[in-house]
Amino acid sequence: MTALSALIRRDIRIALRVGGGALIGVLFFLTVVVLMPFAVGPDLALLSRLGPAILWLGALLASLLTLDRLFMADHEDGSLDLITMSRTPLELACAAKALAHWLAAGLPLIVATPVLGLLLNLDMVATGAVALTLLAGTPALTFTGMIGAGLAVTLHRGGLLMAVLVLPLSIPVLIFGVAASQAAIVGPMTFGAPFSILCALSLVSLVVGPFAAAASLRHGLD
Amino acid sequence: MSLIDLANPTRFLALTARVLPWLAAATVILLTIGLYQSALAPDDYQQGATVKIMFIHVPNAWLSMFVWGVMSIASLGTLVWRHPLADVAAKAAAPIGASFTFLALLTGSLWGRPMWGTYWEWDARLTSVLILFLMYLGLMALWRAVDDPSRAARAAAVLTLVGAINLPIIKFSVDWWNTLHQPASVMRMGGSSLDKSFLIPLLLMAIAFTLLFVTLHLAAMRNEILRRRVRSLQMMQASRVAFSSAGSREGSASNEVGAA
Repeated sequence: MTALSALIRRDIRIALRVGGGALIGVLFFLTVVVLMPFAVGPDLALLSRLGPAILWLGALLASLLTLDRLFMADHEDGSLDLITMSRTPLELACAAKALAHWLAAGLPLIVATPVLGLLLNLDMVATGAVALTLLAGTPALTFTGMIGAGLAVTLHRGGLLMAVLVLPLSIPVLIFGVAASQAAIVGPMTFGAPFSILCALSLVSLVVGPFAAAASLRHGLD
Repeated sequence: MSLIDLANPTRFLALTARVLPWLAAATVILLTIGLYQSALAPDDYQQGATVKIMFIHVPNAWLSMFVWGVMSIASLGTLVWRHPLADVAAKAAAPIGASFTFLALLTGSLWGRPMWGTYWEWDARLTSVLILFLMYLGLMALWRAVDDPSRAARAAAVLTLVGAINLPIIKFSVDWWNTLHQPASVMRMGGSSLDKSFLIPLLLMAIAFTLLFVTLHLAAMRNEILRRRVRSLQMMQASRVAFSSAGSREGSASNEVGAA
């Protein structure tokens, strides 16, 4: 347990210091959201209707792009080999790393959501709904994206290939995240049903992600 | 003859060379009978003649999931048993599965146009099959992106097993969500709801398509084994050329030294 908490603390500290790049994700999120009004036009009514979808898409891309380096830096300086060989199960170590990554890179996105909601003309309820669904859904993005990060480090390839492999897996999260926020804002549907499915997706990925990432690390590193 | 005996590619090639003609002949015969029977099947009282798209669409859709299942078992073979032919099987199946999935989507949208009034509808069944298609393409991209086949095989195996989660979602999507796509009618509790005049041609076509897949898959596996052999021969030749040219240069250098 102490090994895992030490790993989490170390990863957060590295991510927040100079060269860590956790906060670049927030900057990217901001930039994507600012780009949208240029693409669809500065129509406030339209923006407030598209708002949840834009925020979700921005958060999805931001968390995907920061995940690329989840194992890469550790692989370069050799600490990934130590983690692989240590007595802590690799699955747990992967889960700890993903949790640290979510705390350092995922939570800031949720904190930034209310500010970006203002830019998109979302009211209090809508912003709260989007932030809540992001809070429930971004762990799923991190934990499924970790599979792609594991493949990226074993194949020495990142970027577009990983995006192509991981994005289809994150489509369900996007569907139910946006559906839940729309249900809270306008929809005839109840908020509960899509939101529970979103939470279920997060829980499933919490189990599947570490196992798949650990398998790809174990079989791929040599 | 067990699965382990087939670990020798030469033995596998010899066996498939004997089996393939029979399989191909059986596929052609069953496909002919199935197509003939489906052409003879009566028109539906609501859908008219367009119901005949079903005999192509449903086998394709079944196969699109079946092939991913075969790939998942092959991936287990790669990761657990390290069976040397498992990654060949997984690699050869991906393009075939992608084609079946594409045909299922295509025939489905052609059927949807007259029946639902739209080529495409973002409902659960269609979306999950589309995700399956994207994952097939991603898997093929992964195979093409990495030049070391065994490294690519292990990565693809992990991804295939993760993607297998999508299969039950596709199967049960029509039951879990209230979709435009009709619910399961052939394989369900309490027997099929399909009339016999439709069911028999449909089952014939399903068996014929499965045989078609087995034939194509074995042929593709043979090609893949031969392709790998050609590749290793080429690499041996290249290294021999590099080695001999380096050796001759050294040889001439030593001659000069000797002359001096």
